[in-house]
Amino acid sequence: MSARQPLPNWVTIVLMPALNVLLAFIIGGLAVAIIGENPLTAMWALFYGAFGTGMGWGFTLHYATNFIFTGLAVAIVFKAGMFNIGGEGQAYVAGLGAIMVALWLDQTHWVFVLFGSTIAAMMMGSLWAIIPAWLQAKRGSHIVITTIMFNFIASAFMSYMLAQVITAPGANAETRTIAEQGRLPLLSDWFDAFQYSPLNITFFFGIAALIFTYVLIWRTKLGYKIRTLGANPEAARYAGISAVYVIIISMAIAGAMAGLMAVNEAVGVQKRLVVGYVHGFGFVGIAVAFMGRSHPVGIALAALLFGALYQGGQELAFELPAVPSDLVVVIQALVILFTGAMGEMFRPLLERIFARRVNPAPEAPTTAETEA
Amino acid sequence: MSVQNKKFTGAKAVLGTAVFAALMTGTALAEPALIYDAAGKNDKSFNEMAWNGAEAYKEETGNSYRDFEIQTDAQREQALRRFAQQGQSPIVVPGFTWAEPLNVVAQEFPDTHFAIIDSVVDLPNVRSVLFKEEEGSYLVGALAAMKSESGTIGYITAFDFPLLQAFGCGYVQGAKAVDPDIEVLQNFIGTDFAAFNDINTAGEVGRSQLERGADVIYAAAGAAGEGALQAAADAGKYGIGVDSNQNYLFPGNMLTSMVKRVDVAVQDAFMDELNGEWTSGIVSLGLAEGGVGAAIDEHNQDLITDEMQAKLDELTAKINSGEIEVHDYRSDNSCPVS
Repeated sequence: MSARQPLPNWVTIVLMPALNVLLAFIIGGLAVAIIGENPLTAMWALFYGAFGTGMGWGFTLHYATNFIFTGLAVAIVFKAGMFNIGGEGQAYVAGLGAIMVALWLDQTHWVFVLFGSTIAAMMMGSLWAIIPAWLQAKRGSHIVITTIMFNFIASAFMSYMLAQVITAPGANAETRTIAEQGRLPLLSDWFDAFQYSPLNITFFFGIAALIFTYVLIWRTKLGYKIRTLGANPEAARYAGISAVYVIIISMAIAGAMAGLMAVNEAVGVQKRLVVGYVHGFGFVGIAVAFMGRSHPVGIALAALLFGALYQGGQELAFELPAVPSDLVVVIQALVILFTGAMGEMFRPLLERIFARRVNPAPEAPTTAETEA
Repeated sequence: MSVQNKKFTGAKAVLGTAVFAALMTGTALAEPALIYDAAGKNDKSFNEMAWNGAEAYKEETGNSYRDFEIQTDAQREQALRRFAQQGQSPIVVPGFTWAEPLNVVAQEFPDTHFAIIDSVVDLPNVRSVLFKEEEGSYLVGALAAMKSESGTIGYITAFDFPLLQAFGCGYVQGAKAVDPDIEVLQNFIGTDFAAFNDINTAGEVGRSQLERGADVIYAAAGAAGEGALQAAADAGKYGIGVDSNQNYLFPGNMLTSMVKRVDVAVQDAFMDELNGEWTSGIVSLGLAEGGVGAAIDEHNQDLITDEMQAKLDELTAKINSGEIEVHDYRSDNSCPVS
């Protein structure tokens, strides 16, 4: 087998995922057909639900904001050659910091709530990520295992806090609600089109986080260290890069990213903290990061896709009650399967197509290899 | 295609503008709706009971209803609003997590009727249905204590929050009323709503309680409870089911079930709207109202001796008359006995 042919960037980042998504939808459509509904109607309901109305866009972008945060939390660490499976727990624990500060400041003004809860959420998320990072860096405890375990610890800790410590009077397992003047502004306050959608000011934090990540990874010394460690730990050590430092700092940044989800979801939308508010968004972040090839542009697109699947799936279930909600989950799972686990499936085909175009015959010493 | 059909099927098409007028004023002819809590429709417990109630309404009246399962918390308000905008009424939501979203949406649709189960939303168009779980649990606790030979009984629940503590606290009170020396083991299965579906861990916890000497286990953990009941049955001991009548699961090894008639609450809400008898406000369903109780049927009547039945009747009468006041954990977040 020949070495990988270099493919144009747009093929890797756009065309290949697009083909994967298309395939996922075709198979999902078959499942819809088996149930006896028209797949085209279903796909249209999904698409229209996600992008057909201002409200649909609002929900889609709101979910996408969550996925941007949890996706970046995986991607940044992946650049350093590690898997952060702990976004779920990091976002959950960050919710505690975010809501405590929000409830503390909610009699003042939303600006204080926004910045106060953002700082608290990033700190708590970081804290929850630094412990496994430290264990990995100093003790060699595999970070996949420790971050998974920390999700469980977060769940137990948070349900204790929510049901025993910071419970609203008369409630079962949630905090009190943020007072009116402390609530973050929704974009629908400014643009009527987003009516009733939860899209809020944290959306701009999501965009800022994408830009920040790009600059961090590709335009700073630290980013260079992160990429070097990820590409070749031995070379990094030889170059005098401290693995301990890079692992801990990259996990700290990742935890802060995951933590921002708390500002968007708990403070911005639900205005209180409920048990299990993360709802698996941390895990979907893994798929988002992989589908987006750990690149901010790719993550933005992948987050948008998953946001659309969540919102469109909801509308699909509304419009076609015969389609069980489990089928919506199946379609989401197919997208994850084809973009994540089988993401490279189309590579050989695309290589054959594009290698010929990119390398015209006369100056291509690799032609023989390509044919083989 | 069916998007369009949906709007024009059934009574609505026939009655045309009359229905439109009725919808505008929020009166009886609207289709009712049910939105499940996070655990989803088929949880073999709380949400499924609600679904059973809706199905019973459908069977009895021949009328249709809409139902919906949410995937995330942000969808709660969205789903409520969608149904309200479509003119659905009443919209019933089982589960306390609905309180805050309902509080928001119910104010936007003052002419739509809503019902919430297990929590209170104080609005003129909302019915809040509460169950006195502690009363039903008291009765099954008394039965457990009478059945136990080892002097140790168990209580297994999903995770630690006041509603589930109320089940456990009532259970302990009932057991101690019969046998002040009885030991009650109390364990949680997990740490969040996923615990309600974690059958395997429930089985582990059940086996651990059996090893510690428990010979009757009360499993108040939704679908997961079946794991603990299975463990009790496998060991030849007794289990007590919850919410729906689960006596049929392991005949001979099911002492009883603490039924909580969520289905009746849903069906009543639907029927009241249909009959134009809707009432808002707090509805509290205890033993006297038939909202909770200990289920005795052909699957477990051999296990209930005449003496136990007599005691059961006596306690029921005393609770109904107010002679016995079962402490509700939720009133002060503590339990007088343990």
